[in-house]
Amino acid sequence: MTTSNSLVYLIALPLLGATILLLAGRRADKWGHILGTLMSASSFAVGLYQLSQMLGRTNEARPVTQKLFEWISVGTFNVDAGLLLDQLSICFVLLITGVGTLIHIYSISYMSHDHDRRRFFAYLNLFIAAMLLLVLGNSYLNLYVGWEGVGLASYLLIGFWNHKPAYATASKKAFVMNRIGDMGLSFAIMIAFATIGTVSFEGIKEHAHHTSTGALTAIGIMLLVAATGKSAQFPLQAWLGDAMAGPTPVSALIHAATMVTAGVYLITRSNFIFDAAPTAQLLVVIVGAITLLFGALIGTAKDDIKKALAASTMSQIGYMILGAGLGPVGYAFAIMHLLTHGFFKAGMFLGAGSVMHGMNDEVNMRKYGALRKFMPITFVTFGLGYLAILGVPPFAGFYSKDMIIETAFNAGGIKGIILGTVTLLGAGITAFYMTRVMILTFTGKSRWDDEAHPHESPLLMWLPMAILAIGSVSSGFLLSRGDALVNWLAPLFEHHGEHKELLSPIVVSGLALAMVAIGVAIAFLKYSRQEVAAVAPEDVSVFTKIARQDLMQDRFNEAVFMRPGQQLTQVLVKTDEAVIDGAVRGVGQLAMGSGSILRGLQSGFVRSYAALILVGASLLIAAIWVVTK
Amino acid sequence: MNSLTLLMFLPIIGSVAVAATPKAKETLTKQVALATTLIVAAATIAIAVGFERDNVDLQFVEKYSWIPSFGINFAVGIDGLALVLILMSTILAPIVVLAGWNEAHGGRWSVKVFYILILVLETMMIGVFAATDVFLFYVIFEAMLIPVYFLIGGYGSGERSAAAVKFLIYSLFGGLLMLASIIALYVMSGAQGGHTFDLAALSHLEMSSTTQNFLFLGFFIAFAIKAPLWPLHTWLPDAAQSATPGTSVLLLGVLDKVGTFGMIRYCLTLFPDASKTFTPMILVLAVISIVYGAFLAIGQRDLKRLIAFTSISHFGFITMGIFAMTSQGHSGATLYMFNHGFSTAALFLVGGWMISRRGSSTIADFGGLQRVTPVMAWSFFLAGMSSLALPGMSSFVSEFLVLVGTFTRYPVHSVIATFGIVLAALYILIPVQKALHGPTTPGNENLSDLNLREKIAIAPVIAIIIALGFYPSPLLKVINPASAHVIAQMGFTDPAPTNGDK
Amino acid sequence: MDAANYLYLSALLFTIGAVGVVVRRNAIVVFMCIELMLNAANLAFVTFSRINGDLNGQVIAFFTMVVAACEVVVGLAIIVTIYRSRRSASVDDASLLKR
Repeated sequence: MTTSNSLVYLIALPLLGATILLLAGRRADKWGHILGTLMSASSFAVGLYQLSQMLGRTNEARPVTQKLFEWISVGTFNVDAGLLLDQLSICFVLLITGVGTLIHIYSISYMSHDHDRRRFFAYLNLFIAAMLLLVLGNSYLNLYVGWEGVGLASYLLIGFWNHKPAYATASKKAFVMNRIGDMGLSFAIMIAFATIGTVSFEGIKEHAHHTSTGALTAIGIMLLVAATGKSAQFPLQAWLGDAMAGPTPVSALIHAATMVTAGVYLITRSNFIFDAAPTAQLLVVIVGAITLLFGALIGTAKDDIKKALAASTMSQIGYMILGAGLGPVGYAFAIMHLLTHGFFKAGMFLGAGSVMHGMNDEVNMRKYGALRKFMPITFVTFGLGYLAILGVPPFAGFYSKDMIIETAFNAGGIKGIILGTVTLLGAGITAFYMTRVMILTFTGKSRWDDEAHPHESPLLMWLPMAILAIGSVSSGFLLSRGDALVNWLAPLFEHHGEHKELLSPIVVSGLALAMVAIGVAIAFLKYSRQEVAAVAPEDVSVFTKIARQDLMQDRFNEAVFMRPGQQLTQVLVKTDEAVIDGAVRGVGQLAMGSGSILRGLQSGFVRSYAALILVGASLLIAAIWVVTK
Repeated sequence: MNSLTLLMFLPIIGSVAVAATPKAKETLTKQVALATTLIVAAATIAIAVGFERDNVDLQFVEKYSWIPSFGINFAVGIDGLALVLILMSTILAPIVVLAGWNEAHGGRWSVKVFYILILVLETMMIGVFAATDVFLFYVIFEAMLIPVYFLIGGYGSGERSAAAVKFLIYSLFGGLLMLASIIALYVMSGAQGGHTFDLAALSHLEMSSTTQNFLFLGFFIAFAIKAPLWPLHTWLPDAAQSATPGTSVLLLGVLDKVGTFGMIRYCLTLFPDASKTFTPMILVLAVISIVYGAFLAIGQRDLKRLIAFTSISHFGFITMGIFAMTSQGHSGATLYMFNHGFSTAALFLVGGWMISRRGSSTIADFGGLQRVTPVMAWSFFLAGMSSLALPGMSSFVSEFLVLVGTFTRYPVHSVIATFGIVLAALYILIPVQKALHGPTTPGNENLSDLNLREKIAIAPVIAIIIALGFYPSPLLKVINPASAHVIAQMGFTDPAPTNGDK
Repeated sequence: MDAANYLYLSALLFTIGAVGVVVRRNAIVVFMCIELMLNAANLAFVTFSRINGDLNGQVIAFFTMVVAACEVVVGLAIIVTIYRSRRSASVDDASLLKR
């Protein structure tokens, strides 16, 4: 395998930026944002250089590795700090650093009034470094470092305004739920080491075929648990909505384009495990299918523009997970949807940020309306992203989402029909809630608060949005032209025979477009023809109420885990004091009690002491006499 | 070469110098104490450089006749395990002195006495890890209680006397059980080739399994009290709550390690068969400690007690790693001892600064410190991240090694213990949120951030935590041979990959 | 005369002394009774010396006398001091240990 000495710079540059910005403190306030952006951009440049090098090599020689140093080595457990850049990770590297750099640029302007802009850029750089480590690590343990590293960066960024208690709670919730997922990754690594004896991708791939299906299934399920935590999939999805507490560029970068897609990366990267573990693969598909409907349904009821987009992200990642769970035929489409989604969703989040910027940080879409005239660029870029997510040809989502729907239908048998129906239904609901977002925000009458003065955002903000919009338009076409991405990734996956087609691509596209049209039409009828209330109506159906509460996910978690956990903690604290420490104090009191009884003998009267001595001596003599007799 | 003895007596010499300083010049007293601890740290590093890391025998061995009529020797020597722990102790000492510059004020006795006690304690800390004569070990093991008793009872806060007495009686109780076992070993050695207290000689004693079990328990209970293992832990929160932060660092960071160190050096070496007999029970206690300590930490309202309970959880990990009897578990446990010293030091020192500034140790009294005192808040946050074993921090390496090492032999225990990492996130993030985030609580607006001295004290701790998180090899290379040696002596080999029994 | 008679006398004297210590309240009398017990012991030692035909018992008797003399000095001093401060020589009044 080719080795390279320059892979480390991908990670080192943003990491250096984060370190400098954090250590320099307020001294760096003036130039911190510039340094942060430069570091991210130079990492992107290194990524482009690596891509150019990779293009110049044959398929087999494309992956490059770099061993940095021996990290942990005990007995047979040997893990090097090593990096691996192959066809899969280069996609992520370019997405992370490319979108990341655009969002750095956007943030220069977006955060310009914030006292702590430097700290924000430090966290962003830290995130870029951790995310790159996640996709570049050559073993599960290296990936784990990046995996928790992005969790930390996400925690710091969600809680960037942690002086507001709700935001601090949101960041804590995200970290803890992510840790539950991380636990799954720990289990996967432990099982892998105990059964296969190694934790590197290469080693496990090599040994996977003579490892029992049971072990591989266990590893696969644990990896899925990890993926559900990081990618906000059912049942660990509840943190994502609250994570919108972070500044909007963070939502665009971390909670839309990159970090939340790490689960898809993990499953695709572990293709050699899932291909050999059909049960785990089936579970992946089920999780994806549930989440894509779950997220879409939440999206229909949210009035907070960021939370509506977050629900949409959850749903779209559900598509990717579902695609990745379909095996070798689905991996490339999952990655393609991931990349196109990175463009259009990041673009839409930045658009939402732009709207908030012009509307005094108002997030309630019911207080928007008619912004099309005041924010033309935002409207256009957001609109292009909207067309992309709907899957209207020839925008990006048309290529990537239709591929997943098609692959789902072709999965075979009942499974294929169910999955296909679910993905089609999801597409329809997506069209409904995204149209709702568009209508509420940009069209109709204005429902603003009195102090709102909407205005278009400055160049540094709309330029990244424009670039992402171009990506939303073109990326799908470019990536699927001549099956470019599929062929690019093909050497990484094991191939199976051609699948029989249940429905031809044209039929699938037709069905999908029909669903989208229905969704759009319903949204138009409901929100464009009728007056939209500035305050959310209360007399809504039970289903709407449930959807507004995120399908009861928080209530469930609180009732099943949080409150019993708190009660258990309180009981244990009391038990510790009363029973365990009580037993210890009991021993002490026993000693003191017996002492106070014996103290009665110490009367202070000399004559009673003398009498006791006499009695004692007599007894002693008597005893000796008895014994020696 | 008698470098170890010299190292042991350096702090004593320093304490004489401290005693000689004039009472009025308290700063001079502190400077002398700091200089002494720095010299000792440098000397230890020099010894570590001269240590042959692939040699599994004891090194720097010295032996002087002490009480010949009982065959007692002043015998010292170190292997990788002892070296790592001595290194940790002597590096922590100057940090503690520097961090707790004003701790001795408001004590029952003078500042001078405080530093004399600290330095005498340092001598014993080195001695207890270096001793290779069981009697010498016992004497130092018990003698260490005296300075700590006075440090808690004389310079602590709150119910300091009660806490000091509780600590003393708890420890004495365990120590006396151990003494009984030691005397029994001595008596038996007389029947098998001459009375001796030499560890190596005693480890070859022949004894019935019943005898071995009882003697093992004598040692183990003493160590389980020291390394607080559930349910013998209740002295620790009280002691940590009352002691000064510096004392707590030495107490939890170093003294408690004598317990886990003793489990390896004495329990496993002297009673290999009994160790195997009791392993299932000990592993269960260790797992209970991990989960129980974590739950209790979540439920604490007092910052110092919270940190104490996190340590109970961490000691559960160490004990589990030791008795998993795999090279990963064992090396991980030893590394954990080292790392825990620094991560607890960071938590206690920064927590101590927060408490002394606010004048309260109740977590709810803090709030919004991130805005008021950013450097202090960051230090506490990083210390907390180290405590919850975030990858990139040193504790992650050790915790993961323990878990993975335990998993290969005892998967169920390891799985339950892994739930501890979720609880760890809670017990760190809850105080972080309450103390550092949110609006600034009234009364905290004017708290001062860390001064230069405090920054100098905390910087090396955090640097060590992060550096060893990314590059633990230097320590692992010292620890691995020693761990492998113990595992091999016990007759264990690492389980081979099962391939899922295919 | 049979040496055992001396031992009977010694036992009698010792018993008288012991009863006196327990029964009497006056510190001086208690003190004299202790002396009586010591001298009973001395008598027994000397008798044993005679029976065994060596000097060990007599030597110990001398020791006892010296110890008794010292004891008298210290004991009387204590009694006098107590009398001065408490205006009483009753041992029951000096029950300060209790508190």
